[in-house]
Amino acid sequence: MVRFENVGMRYGSGPEILRDISMSLAPGSFHFLTGPSGAGKSSLLKLMYLAERPSRGLVNLFGKDIATLPRQELPPLRRRIGVVFQDFRLIDHLSAVDNVSLPLRVAGLPEEEIRSHVTELLRWVGLADHLNARPATLSGGQQQRVAIARAVISRPSLLVADEPTGNVDEDMGFRLLRLFDELNRLGTTMVVATHNERLVARFNHPRLHLENGELRLERGALGGTA
Amino acid sequence: MLRRRLDVPLDRDGSVRFVPWVIALMVYLAAVMLATGIVVSGAVSRWDRSLAGTLTVELPPVKAGVADGMDKVVALLRATPGIEKVEPLAAEQTSALLRPWLGAEFSAADLALPRLIDVHIDPDAPPDTKALAEELATMAPGATLDDHHLWLDGLIRIARTIEIVTAVIILLIGGAAVLTIIFATRTGLAIHHGVIQVLHLIGARDGYIAAQFQWQALMLALRGGLVGIGLAALTLFAIGHAAEATRLQGSEGGLLPSVQLALPGWIALALLPLLAGLIALITARITVLRALARMP
Repeated sequence: MVRFENVGMRYGSGPEILRDISMSLAPGSFHFLTGPSGAGKSSLLKLMYLAERPSRGLVNLFGKDIATLPRQELPPLRRRIGVVFQDFRLIDHLSAVDNVSLPLRVAGLPEEEIRSHVTELLRWVGLADHLNARPATLSGGQQQRVAIARAVISRPSLLVADEPTGNVDEDMGFRLLRLFDELNRLGTTMVVATHNERLVARFNHPRLHLENGELRLERGALGGTA
Repeated sequence: MLRRRLDVPLDRDGSVRFVPWVIALMVYLAAVMLATGIVVSGAVSRWDRSLAGTLTVELPPVKAGVADGMDKVVALLRATPGIEKVEPLAAEQTSALLRPWLGAEFSAADLALPRLIDVHIDPDAPPDTKALAEELATMAPGATLDDHHLWLDGLIRIARTIEIVTAVIILLIGGAAVLTIIFATRTGLAIHHGVIQVLHLIGARDGYIAAQFQWQALMLALRGGLVGIGLAALTLFAIGHAAEATRLQGSEGGLLPSVQLALPGWIALALLPLLAGLIALITARITVLRALARMP
């Protein structure tokens, strides 16, 4: 599903943020990505959701080498990846329904099909009363759920979440991770970057720990591995 | 018409509000230039057509009672192959030609005027004018043959220069329109970079994102183009009306060419807003695609 070999990454001519990262995530696996601030977690996730290209090494997603893939073949690949951004990145002038509809709309699905799917999902995440609300009128937790709904609406094969619980309280954070757990059970490969050790400890998933630009795999609290 | 839902909120941008006004001004200038080119081109064609089939024979003035050789010259012309019609102008007709300059009281008897013969030739098989001129000079010393090309060539040269200048100005206006759209599109790309990045990362193809900009640019340019062509039509109507009034006031026919546009001219002008829209659409699309090509 996701394979990195000796991946290095730097921004421009700056220092190397990631060094010799090698890992392989199996389909249907669930990994937490932990590490101190500035360790390169967001950069590693950006490589996974194709927002950046590595400076060196091999990144292979869904069996395809990203370095050799023509640019026009990247959009279909991106549609197989759901992303929950740390800052949500909801589009301010669009309603909750329209924000969540975007991945289906760019994929060219018919409008009536999009509407029914999106409405159903927003009900499922508890936003039935806020379908037409603009992001600015929603609370942090509600925006978080809209962002998650947008990431999962197209049933992605891989879901990457960058600090998805950073803006919500402990209880809401736990409920969101339960939602990810549910998605994982339905077959989605999950990578969740978080600082929240208490939440990580409540789930039996292995963690990828990133520190000083280097990555190591740690087993889950109950010995769970990829 | 063409109202589309925009994922990128370009319709709320203050930065693009100036675009329709700039396009309106450009379409206005282009329309006036195009109309000038069409009128000049039409006038030259008319002059060319009306003069290409005619010659004028001029016999020098003679004293009263002296034979001017008019009859012999007319006979020679009528016998020349390629000449269809020979029409000597009566003294009164010659006077009428000079009356606009010399006044209504002017009479042919006041001046020694040359005698003129209007000759219509077959444009498909014209006579040899050089040989004819020599024959005429032998028959009636001082007689000249004018095929009008001397001054018509000069007029055509001036007209062609005006056509080229108007075409260059229209191209420059088009270039300025392209630069305006590029600037507005780049501003939009910078303002909405965050939204564009989200669309890019959720799998939108470059063409999907470019479409947001290109349809917006088309609508803005069409809106501006319609205002510009409306103002240009008013201006051209006003100029046409004033010119016609001048022609009617002056001599019959007059020296001024008609500045009224025919239907094809109006159709060409009506296409300008569509052309502006097309230029805006293509420019915005290319600008966005080039910018997106720099994204991973």
